[in-house]
Amino acid sequence: MSGTLLKRLSFAVVLLLLAGCVGLGWRSAVAPIDPPVAGSFAPPMVALGAQLAAAGNCAGCHTTAGAPAWGGGLGLETGFGLVYSTNISPDPETGIGNWSEAAFARAMHEGVARDGSHLLPAFPYTHFTKLTDQDVEALYAFLMSRPAVSAPEHKNTIRFPFNVRALQAGWKLLYFDGGVYQPVAAKGEQWNRGAYLAEGLTHCAACHTPRNRFGAEEKNAAYAGAPFEGWSAPPLNGTNPAPMPWTQKDTFDYLRNGQSESHGAAAGPMALVVHSGLAMLPDADVQALAVYFADTNASAARAPAAAAALLVANSRRLVDAGRETEPGANLYLSACASCHYSPAATPSSVQGGLALSTSITSDDPGNFIQTVMQGVGGAGLPGPYMPGFAAALTDRDIVLLASYLRSTRSDQPPWANLPAAIAARRPPTTPAP
Amino acid sequence: MTTPITTIFQLNGQTLKLTASPDTPLLWAIRDVAKLTGTKFGCGIGLCGACTVHLGRRAVRSCITPLSAVAGAQVTTIEGLSVNGQHPLQKAWVQTQAPQCGYCQSGQIMQAAALIRRFPNPTDDDIDSVMNGNLCRCMAYVRIRQAIKIAAAEVQGVASHA
Repeated sequence: MSGTLLKRLSFAVVLLLLAGCVGLGWRSAVAPIDPPVAGSFAPPMVALGAQLAAAGNCAGCHTTAGAPAWGGGLGLETGFGLVYSTNISPDPETGIGNWSEAAFARAMHEGVARDGSHLLPAFPYTHFTKLTDQDVEALYAFLMSRPAVSAPEHKNTIRFPFNVRALQAGWKLLYFDGGVYQPVAAKGEQWNRGAYLAEGLTHCAACHTPRNRFGAEEKNAAYAGAPFEGWSAPPLNGTNPAPMPWTQKDTFDYLRNGQSESHGAAAGPMALVVHSGLAMLPDADVQALAVYFADTNASAARAPAAAAALLVANSRRLVDAGRETEPGANLYLSACASCHYSPAATPSSVQGGLALSTSITSDDPGNFIQTVMQGVGGAGLPGPYMPGFAAALTDRDIVLLASYLRSTRSDQPPWANLPAAIAARRPPTTPAP
Repeated sequence: MTTPITTIFQLNGQTLKLTASPDTPLLWAIRDVAKLTGTKFGCGIGLCGACTVHLGRRAVRSCITPLSAVAGAQVTTIEGLSVNGQHPLQKAWVQTQAPQCGYCQSGQIMQAAALIRRFPNPTDDDIDSVMNGNLCRCMAYVRIRQAIKIAAAEVQGVASHA
């Protein structure tokens, strides 16, 4: 670490410490209760809570694959160490069984546990603070009617001084704007519903907005895109690199069915968001999200250029002719073209032409590499399917394929450091052939 | 190899239920469990097309398609393309005497069947691009292309006279 960076970091830590002292390092506990009887909640509230919990992808962190639901224990790499998700089943000893609704609402709205300790922002209370009281009540009703799971807490490995919970008060002073979502008067009802969901429950910015060195979302770079678990969560603002604008229709198709014919398919972590999360929301809510993001990404301003962009993409359809003996072209033609060859004047989701793919125009080759290696869909998910080629293609093959497609399907400069980017993403269980 | 799980899917309209690791290739289930040997093993890495089957209405390489991807799905192999072996492609294959050794032909026909659904009047470019991943070591490509055009015309004719 360079001296300057160290100095800057120490300065910021002092700032956090001061803020921690000025702020309230520990909040009062909310009295424990006897776990509510599962049947004591109104079924419509439980049903609403189930829908909200799915759309908010609560299980994405709070359920470990192969373990009982809501038992927590999933380790998340935060850059400060591993944070293990907590048990949010109604078990009184190891879960939230003795949390009253008031304690649960405080955790959601203010990021404070029942015992008064501050929660880490890996739990996106910075977004859940925007949820209405009714939605929080529904989530409480749903979680408290799940089977109790006895699963003790896993110790986080967060490094000092970030592991001092009292310091979280300082973090909150600097980076946390609490409060239920306030509608923007100048925008319509649909837009506001979309914004409420996106900014709050579905916490899209948690992946799609870059974070500062203290793990807070960069407010001045909202939805500018960020790396996530070897993938990249693309920008959802006007800097999105897709050749065609993400219109309301495209965004709806993608969020509802996992595929937009003029962009591509949801893969990796986003496939789970679409197929196991948002799938529970009614069409009207997905449409509201589409309205909101079609606005944040400035698709209307890009619309006039869309027809020309499509013509350019179509002009790339025969670039492979005569190049069959080049290794990259040969790999594309053998492994990809039977599904991805797309001569149609209008884009098709059946034959997704790669000249419209966001993964290929993106500055970060991560999504392209991950898609080639892991494929799309499968694993019981509905929606489009592509096999993964991790066990079929060597790192060198993927370098050739990536370079060829980047140069023939986009006007972007070549990706740098492809071999390292590919090696870093090779699944340990699937060695190269 | 991961823990075996039970996978159920439709194979040529029949329910196939098997317990195997979810990363088992679909091709193994087709050949070794269902004993349908029309689908061939070629390269095993999705680069030759000999193992092509339909997943839903899409052509996929069954050697790199894991069982986890087909749970609940409809899978069609060459044996299920037509009840009596009279699919327009099969007839055109005979008419043009397309195959030589025949090893690649079930994959070629399954890929071509998906092709003519997507491109009812396929151009040479369409055929060359979509069929490029189906290798024929006997170099029967010219007759394969001819057979695809004959079959596409028959399907079109049937459709327009229906």
